[in-house]
Amino acid sequence: EKEDIYIDYCGMFILVLGLLVGSLMPLGGAASSPDTGTGHGGSHGNKDPGYAKNGNGTTYSKKPFPVLSFDYEHVRLPFEISLWVLLASLMKLGFHLIPRVSSIVPESCLLIVVGLLVGGLIKLVGEDPPVLESKIFFFYLLPPIILDAGYFMPIRQFTENLGTILMFAVVGTLWNSFFVGGLLYGVCQLEGHKLAYVDLLSCLLFGSIISAVDPVAVLAVFEEIHINELLHILVFGESLLNDAVTVVLYHLFEEYSSVGLITVTDVFLGIVCFLVVSLGGIVVGAIYGILAAFTSRFTSHTRVIEPLFVFVYSYMAYLSAEVFHLSGIMALIACGAVMRPYVEANISHKSHTTIKYFLKMWSSVSDTLIFIFLGVSTVAGPHQWNWTFVVATLIFCLVARVLGVVGLTFVINKFRIVKLTSKDQFIIAYGGLRGAIAFSLVYLLNPEHFPMRNMFLTAIITVIFFTVFVQGMTIRPLVDLLAVKKKQETKRSINEEIHTQFLDHLLTGIEDICGHYGHHHWKDKLNRFNKKYVKKCLIAGERSKEPQLIAFYHKMEMKQAIELVESGGGSKLPSALPSTVSMQNIQPKKPSQDRALPQLSKAREEEIRKILRTNLQRTRQRLRSYNRHTLIADPYEDGWNEMLIKRKKMKELEKKMNNYLTVPAPPPDSPTIARARLASDPQAWGLKSVTESIPTIKVDLASPQSPESVNVVDEFSKKGSQPKEEEGGLTMKVPSPAKQRKDKTPDEEPQQRLMRCLSDPGPAAEEEDEDDPFLPQKKSW
Amino acid sequence: MITIVMGSFQSLPDDHQYRTLSQKTGFSLEQIAILHNRFKQLSQNEETLRRDDLKTIQDLESNPIRSQIIEAFFDSRNFQKEGVGSVEEIGFEEFLTVMSYFRAPPQHITEEQREEMRRAKLRFLFNMHDTDNDGTITLEEYRHVVEELLSRSGALGRETAKGIADAAMLEVASISVGPMAPDEFYEGITFEHFLKVCKFVHLYA
Repeated sequence: EKEDIYIDYCGMFILVLGLLVGSLMPLGGAASSPDTGTGHGGSHGNKDPGYAKNGNGTTYSKKPFPVLSFDYEHVRLPFEISLWVLLASLMKLGFHLIPRVSSIVPESCLLIVVGLLVGGLIKLVGEDPPVLESKIFFFYLLPPIILDAGYFMPIRQFTENLGTILMFAVVGTLWNSFFVGGLLYGVCQLEGHKLAYVDLLSCLLFGSIISAVDPVAVLAVFEEIHINELLHILVFGESLLNDAVTVVLYHLFEEYSSVGLITVTDVFLGIVCFLVVSLGGIVVGAIYGILAAFTSRFTSHTRVIEPLFVFVYSYMAYLSAEVFHLSGIMALIACGAVMRPYVEANISHKSHTTIKYFLKMWSSVSDTLIFIFLGVSTVAGPHQWNWTFVVATLIFCLVARVLGVVGLTFVINKFRIVKLTSKDQFIIAYGGLRGAIAFSLVYLLNPEHFPMRNMFLTAIITVIFFTVFVQGMTIRPLVDLLAVKKKQETKRSINEEIHTQFLDHLLTGIEDICGHYGHHHWKDKLNRFNKKYVKKCLIAGERSKEPQLIAFYHKMEMKQAIELVESGGGSKLPSALPSTVSMQNIQPKKPSQDRALPQLSKAREEEIRKILRTNLQRTRQRLRSYNRHTLIADPYEDGWNEMLIKRKKMKELEKKMNNYLTVPAPPPDSPTIARARLASDPQAWGLKSVTESIPTIKVDLASPQSPESVNVVDEFSKKGSQPKEEEGGLTMKVPSPAKQRKDKTPDEEPQQRLMRCLSDPGPAAEEEDEDDPFLPQKKSW
Repeated sequence: MITIVMGSFQSLPDDHQYRTLSQKTGFSLEQIAILHNRFKQLSQNEETLRRDDLKTIQDLESNPIRSQIIEAFFDSRNFQKEGVGSVEEIGFEEFLTVMSYFRAPPQHITEEQREEMRRAKLRFLFNMHDTDNDGTITLEEYRHVVEELLSRSGALGRETAKGIADAAMLEVASISVGPMAPDEFYEGITFEHFLKVCKFVHLYA
């Protein structure tokens, strides 16, 4: 069976390659050929534009009507693009069919190899392989990846480590550029005749291009090794934020390399430029983000185009930033990060899924294409190999990275609470991969101003290959070897959410008491500003007032409801949230005073029962069980409030039904049965002590199987049996004979308090009315 | 003559007392001086601090768990002497002791010391929730916590608070105890369970 996979794979590969090469062949001479002769009995005739065009000024001679014609030029560009995308996707598919290879070699390496092969094939055929044009790269291939990263960026971790990330991104990149550039210049001078023409500024330019850690490569490799979140966000954040530095340095050196001189003013302007580029990019991104959020507020009637707004606004942010030569990457990140909380509150669940999957899809295809093209360009690009230069570059890059990381960590650890260990440092240094951005930037260089451009290209490609292949392949075993902490696959639990929020408030409060306006104080102020003004503007309707904890809780419930539906509903689900513990297990052990009640006379007993009953009513818990089987099977997307309204209506329905029932809720006979009964009550009735025995009524109000069906069951016969846990519905059971009750009541009442309130948000318990004790009580939904 | 009363300070900063405090709480001398000034500012130059003094802090008004924070300052469990119950007023030493829970950990401490500090912080947090001081956080107490957190959200908050607290309690129970038969009872979150649950919560001052 493995054979089959290989055969399939090879077959696919050959097919696509063939198509690709074949499509490039007619390039040379493909003029539109209108007449392909007569009678190819094709069922459909092609329209022939060339034919019409031929009528330009030439004598019109009648030709037989072309039934079938071949016109490749017509569709050449989209055809080729689609073919490339198809190739990339099939490659991606293929790799995962061969499990052994994909676990050793990261995808990026395989893709580069494929690119090399394709490039080689094209060259063999005699054509010019396409090179990764910078325009295509920067406008079409890079934005999806960055948007994907920015939109799903974990904001909390990012802001917590912002100082560290900025240090690495700014200071680290600067250090790298100057170190590599300067040393390379020294080497060039030392080398002598062959490299003497490389001047300092060009070297510095080269240094600045090559020292930037590449987000595409980092993402591609880190995604597969599942490293812990701190390291991931450090390296990844650095790769994103160093774009601003790279942009400034690149433009600075490029501008002045023709002049050959840089003055102090220029340096000063460069620093100002850096601030403008980075902050400007962020501002542009934020503006578009807010616009997108505002637009999404009104999309409740046209849900279908919601994802489009997200994509288009983000792309516009990127392009707008590029207009002013600001950092497009930072604009994109800012846009995604700013719009996300508001947009997600406004859009439907389906749109959210759409956005997520489209972004993942696009970024995945882009990523694949980039690496393939990198391979192809290697075959294609003009090369100039110079041993000294290339080897020196490689060595200096590695050394600079290590020194930079170690030095910076030493300084950073003084300010960090969670220090970076040497293992962390090693991973950060090792994870500094270079990629396609560097390649494209060199490609953009003008060969006239930079005669050594080809040499640079070769050197960069070597470095990229080295980092992606060697470092990319070995980082996974190294991570295992060094026992670096991996990503923890835990779902964010409600407890964590509660305690994190509590802690935030607590620390803010402590800061206020100290009179010290620290980190939490400002964060709290920002949150309050956000809540008061921003959310009101940008989030539609009721959701704007929803506090974060509730939103989180609703999301969690929604997820579980959907899980229930997807898993077929009705059957018991194993899931993270416990179904093994139910609310009945959770009760305070009543202090022994309650149990120590002596034998009482009947009258006294009645009195006690009354007191306990009133207490019970007051401390009634949510009676609707959180049992998934009773959860409404199709959660409404448009707001939780609709669900609440529906529940209120059902509650009223119950009320009406109650008036026709004269069944009181009796106390249970034995603890086991009591608990069992409680277990089966999605809405547990308040248990009242009742002396008569009454037939019970089972009302199945919200079970998926029988909504709102009422079965009357004579429970009397089933007194001793334990009803099934899963049944939803109201169950009022027959009271036990008086004698038994007498013993057990004082013990049980406290236990009866514990109605299962595996809860749902619903009307408060206080809303129940205290009726005539012999009527079953209201349960809260 | 100025006499030194247990737990309170003479109005002039005394180096020796600062030093003992510094040793006890781990704050540096300057930090203690700053906090002492703040203390005097809050208590209007009196020897002891009362609840009302803390209530006057403006920024604290918008904090949803304000009353619990203030209570924590007057809870003897946090004074690191074996006391229980709450007091009406505290002196500077107690103020400093409570503050010391939130001190940033010093640079060079061992893993155990760090763990100990974290434990102490979590114990503080636990005490804030466990209002009746029985060593466990019961369902009612937990409900109260969530309600306070959502106290600024009006009616919607109150209703959901119960649900959230219940779900959270369930989670703790299943994490700490695992599957439970219908017979068993889970009384409340003990400190050990609390530690387990808060494993991923980041603590930093």
